[in-house]
Amino acid sequence: MSETMATGLLDAMMQQQSIPVPRRLRALAILPLLVLIAGCSGTVLDPAGDIARQQRDLIYISTVLMLLIIVPVMILIVVFAWRYRKGKGGTYDPEFHHSTSLELVIWSAPLLIIIMLGALTWSSTHLLDPFRPLDKAQADMNPEAPREAPLRVQVVSLDWKWLFIYPEQGIATVNELVLPLNRQVRFDITSTNMMNTFYVPTMAGMIYAMPGMQSTLHASLDRPVESEGFSANYSGKGFSDMRFRLRGVDDAAFAQWVEQARASGRALDLAAYRVLVRPSERVPPEMFSSVPGDLFARIVERCVEPGTRCMSELMNHGRAEGGHGAMPPATPEAAPAPGHNISAAVPHAGMPEAH
Amino acid sequence: MFSATEPASVSEPSTTSAIFGRLSWDSIPFHEPILLGTFIVVAVLGIGILAAVTKYRLWGWLWREWLTSVDHKKIGIMYLILGIVMLLRGFADALMMRAQQAIAVGGEQGYLDAHHYDQIFSAHGTIMIFFVAIPLVVGITNYVMPLQIGARDVAFPFLNSLSLWLTVAGAGLVMISLFVGEFTTAGWLNYVPVANIENSPGTGPDYYLWALQIAGLGTTLSAINMVTTVIKMRAPGMTMMKMPVFTWTALCSNVLAVAIFPALTGAFALLMLDRYVGTNFFTNDLGGNAMMYWNLVWIWGHPEVYVLILPVFGIYSEITSTFSGKRLFGYSSMVYATVVITILSYLVWLHHFFTMGSGASVNSFFGIATMVIAIPTGAKIFNWLFTMYRGSIRFELPMMWVVAFMLTFTVGGMTGVLLAVPPADFVLHNSLFLVAHFHNVIIGGVVFGLFAGMIYWFPKAFGFKLDPWWGKVGFWGWVIGYWVAWTPIYIVGLMGTTRRVRHFDDPSMQIWFVIAAIGALIILIGILGFIMSIVMGIVKRKELADTTGDPWDGRTLEWATASPPPSYNFAFTPVVQDLDAWYDMKKRGHQRPTGGYRPIHMPRNTGTGVILAGIAGVLGFAMIWYIWWLAAVSAVALFVVAIGHTFNYNRDFYIDAADVERDERERDRLAAAEA
Amino acid sequence: MATTAPTEATDPADFYVVDPDAHGHAHDSPTLLGFWIYLMSDALIFATLFATFGVLSSSYAGGPTPREIIDLPLVAINTAILLISSITYGFAMLAMGRGKLRATQAWLLVTGLLGAAFVSLEIYEFSHMIAEGATPQRSGYLSALFTLVGTHGLHVTFGIIWIVVMLVQLNQRGLHIENQRRLLCLSMFWHFLDVVWIGVFTFVYLLGYIQ
Repeated sequence: MSETMATGLLDAMMQQQSIPVPRRLRALAILPLLVLIAGCSGTVLDPAGDIARQQRDLIYISTVLMLLIIVPVMILIVVFAWRYRKGKGGTYDPEFHHSTSLELVIWSAPLLIIIMLGALTWSSTHLLDPFRPLDKAQADMNPEAPREAPLRVQVVSLDWKWLFIYPEQGIATVNELVLPLNRQVRFDITSTNMMNTFYVPTMAGMIYAMPGMQSTLHASLDRPVESEGFSANYSGKGFSDMRFRLRGVDDAAFAQWVEQARASGRALDLAAYRVLVRPSERVPPEMFSSVPGDLFARIVERCVEPGTRCMSELMNHGRAEGGHGAMPPATPEAAPAPGHNISAAVPHAGMPEAH
Repeated sequence: MFSATEPASVSEPSTTSAIFGRLSWDSIPFHEPILLGTFIVVAVLGIGILAAVTKYRLWGWLWREWLTSVDHKKIGIMYLILGIVMLLRGFADALMMRAQQAIAVGGEQGYLDAHHYDQIFSAHGTIMIFFVAIPLVVGITNYVMPLQIGARDVAFPFLNSLSLWLTVAGAGLVMISLFVGEFTTAGWLNYVPVANIENSPGTGPDYYLWALQIAGLGTTLSAINMVTTVIKMRAPGMTMMKMPVFTWTALCSNVLAVAIFPALTGAFALLMLDRYVGTNFFTNDLGGNAMMYWNLVWIWGHPEVYVLILPVFGIYSEITSTFSGKRLFGYSSMVYATVVITILSYLVWLHHFFTMGSGASVNSFFGIATMVIAIPTGAKIFNWLFTMYRGSIRFELPMMWVVAFMLTFTVGGMTGVLLAVPPADFVLHNSLFLVAHFHNVIIGGVVFGLFAGMIYWFPKAFGFKLDPWWGKVGFWGWVIGYWVAWTPIYIVGLMGTTRRVRHFDDPSMQIWFVIAAIGALIILIGILGFIMSIVMGIVKRKELADTTGDPWDGRTLEWATASPPPSYNFAFTPVVQDLDAWYDMKKRGHQRPTGGYRPIHMPRNTGTGVILAGIAGVLGFAMIWYIWWLAAVSAVALFVVAIGHTFNYNRDFYIDAADVERDERERDRLAAAEA
Repeated sequence: MATTAPTEATDPADFYVVDPDAHGHAHDSPTLLGFWIYLMSDALIFATLFATFGVLSSSYAGGPTPREIIDLPLVAINTAILLISSITYGFAMLAMGRGKLRATQAWLLVTGLLGAAFVSLEIYEFSHMIAEGATPQRSGYLSALFTLVGTHGLHVTFGIIWIVVMLVQLNQRGLHIENQRRLLCLSMFWHFLDVVWIGVFTFVYLLGYIQ
């Protein structure tokens, strides 16, 4: 459908300029348009959440900005290639190889576009920073509504399935994410072993799930949706099936669903977690009626198993204070302050240099 | 600790023996019909070739003229042969992936299980970048650059031979992994944590690491060699701003390679230590940091794109200028653009993982730095455009490739800038949109240019042009095939489909993957067309012969000598007075000296390079399979041969003036016969 | 050829170096430049290792901390040995410049012995650390420390082997032009290792100790 349309469009453009263009080159020139038109049915371009919508708009705006320069260039390539082919009438001037004013244009045209895009990039990157709560989005949705604290969901990527912990509701699910509409959600994300990305194209962009680290994403859904989320970063054998269902439902349905989970009667205790953490593929959705409050923090800290010491206790401190080292403490000052809180010392996702 | 005690269900290494390490009959995939069939075909072909070489008594010739050669032209040709052979392997992988994705939709699992599919996409990327693109770029640079600067060889001819054979040894290890053991499943950069020993205890990542360390050493040495050659070996009068553009881009590309390969070598060495010694650089526990690996490999990885594409930009510049019959428009801005890209490419690696959550300011910095590269690149496109402007363009094959490149690459540049906007990247990262983008710039940029370059300089190297009809089949196959294969991938990427996925649930996507598979088959026609253009070129070599040495009315010094050039390149070193030196010489009424030949000082052939590389390959194989005694023996042998080589002070000789005179007379005679 | 034919007779000497002796442009050897570029790439390998060490420098993972394992006096002695070896190499080069073969060899030998002392002390230090349980496998910090220091030590070892080879070659051929060039390269290599060591000493040992 779109191909003929775009060809026709270009035909019209070419006729207007009355420049003969070989058919085959013309076919090449319309392909970028085709990509955009045909892509409209895609999930990324059909969002159900504010963040994804803004990201889609950004794709549109950037593309249009770039087409401002790309389209004329492509037309010029075809025109010059045709007009100046040997023996076909175009002026031949072998000494034309320098022009200061033309070079100014050559450098400044892309520069201008990049300045505009750069400004857009700076502001949108800060605005859509996944760590940033959605104050603006909330205000747009309902300016009078009282500022509601975000719903918290803790996301753990396991080999190869997703664990969602709802700490406020005290429930957990595997491979099924249910969210109330029009409510900001804060996802805290980590992984047990592999690196994955937590990605729901209809809701918001992706963010990495990394072992021993915690990353954060804020997002919301604003229309009922039955969709899918998955990992976008290859993580080994079971990666292709590492998918979960996403449902956006109204508040009543959400409450009902939480009750249903609570009534399911299976607790995510240590034994259940040990089974869950084993590598497995194509895992059907599961529900857990209760979950230990510190499970997520302990997964991040890599100390779920009783007897293992948490990372923040270990990381910046030597074995001196641990008591199982062979060497005595070098100096008393080396011992850390006692009783520090594990979750306060969770390493944050970021470049290693940022630590 | 917790998850480390739960190794992923990957094939466990079999028990190790003192003699064979962990190598056993189980390592050979007898039960895999596809692999076994491939192996039989390769074995039959290989035995056939070896038998033919033996029958026609070519071993001596092969050893004397090729394997031990330090002539930059022969080394360049051997790099190109390596690249084309590996292209066939890498493309076979591509066809298998396309077939799998076209079939495995809905409930279908396709014909490849995860273990094989994951190896195939890892091998495809590894081979295409390290053993196709790099050898082809290095091969063309090796062949053309010394001729363009009027030199008789590169600065370090022995090192050049060693670099080639180290690359071949690395490629050999990758090929062996197909039939003995397995290749990595951790992607083309062998990502941790997948490649950590707990998650991949098999030989796959080790094959990857040893193959690339050996080949990477070759690439680094080659880059050092090329930089030194450009700086030290230019003909008198060729100042920096009179260097041909291709030489400039080759210089920048190789400077960049010297600057980035150490980071890759370092990252791989640390991963080797993790896997062999049990250190904790990239582990999940005991203080390891997997993200550090990503940073290090991408500090190499992004500039590597420019290592590949800068020389190809040079190729496009030479061709556009030659076939437009004009000096390149804006030579100096072209040079500055190249230098600016070289520097900027170092500052953008983080855009490969915006989604790791580095914070908005860091992400914006790297995003904007990435976009800034579009400015000099855009300037280059304009320069080619205005070189065509008021030209007299001959649309021979190389020029057709240039126009196809300009149209294709512009689109790839646009999607690249789009991916550099961090919030847009959040939805497109690791998607098939990204995969389509980098194939757009690598096929539409690097590959098109390499074909253009090979076709352009082929008559220089062999004395006859490639068959133009088959050449056009190759051209249209690639260009149409590229668009048919990759446009649907852009589309499914926008539908939120991620890369490296083996099968899809949504049946509405199947049509796109089927179209993409058809596109891949059209590209196959393109590849076969190119090979046929060589075959038919050889068949019709009398008809297509070039006796002038200058078949395209060229502008740079490589066209001043015979086709193919004599081993010493130039009987007399040319004196350069202007940019486009050969064009300038022709304009001033060029004349070659007819007498007064002198003996020419040349490097002597040596087998040390091929021997050292062979031992390095054995060392790699022994380490991969934990055959410790063999590893120790080959490590010692490596040292002994290398040190032994330094005791050889007799590395050069003189070509007699009489021999030079005979060659030059023969050239005149051929040219006269033609006229 | 499309270019117009010459209208008047031209001289080949306008286009080519017909008499290389008269022109006197014979390229000076590219070896030193090439070797220098190699050193730059080697420096970047060290930069990678330094960066890695920086990232992992506090990843003790419950294992030993720098203060517990660093024997600063020993490392200080080792640093002095390596610095002195750079000076003795300088004397070797001075002797070479004056054309004195025996003196060159003698100073090279001294340099090699100092290098061997450096490597031996480093091996002693490592074995001591490993005996106390501070193995490279114990923590990210120790992995990075052993790798950075060990890579430098490996380079010094290669330097020593090179010195031995050069001693033999000097015996065979004297101060041959090729040998002189090799000694210059080795000189750059040796001083380079010195510079790298100053970085290692500062970042790994001094900063580690005062942390």
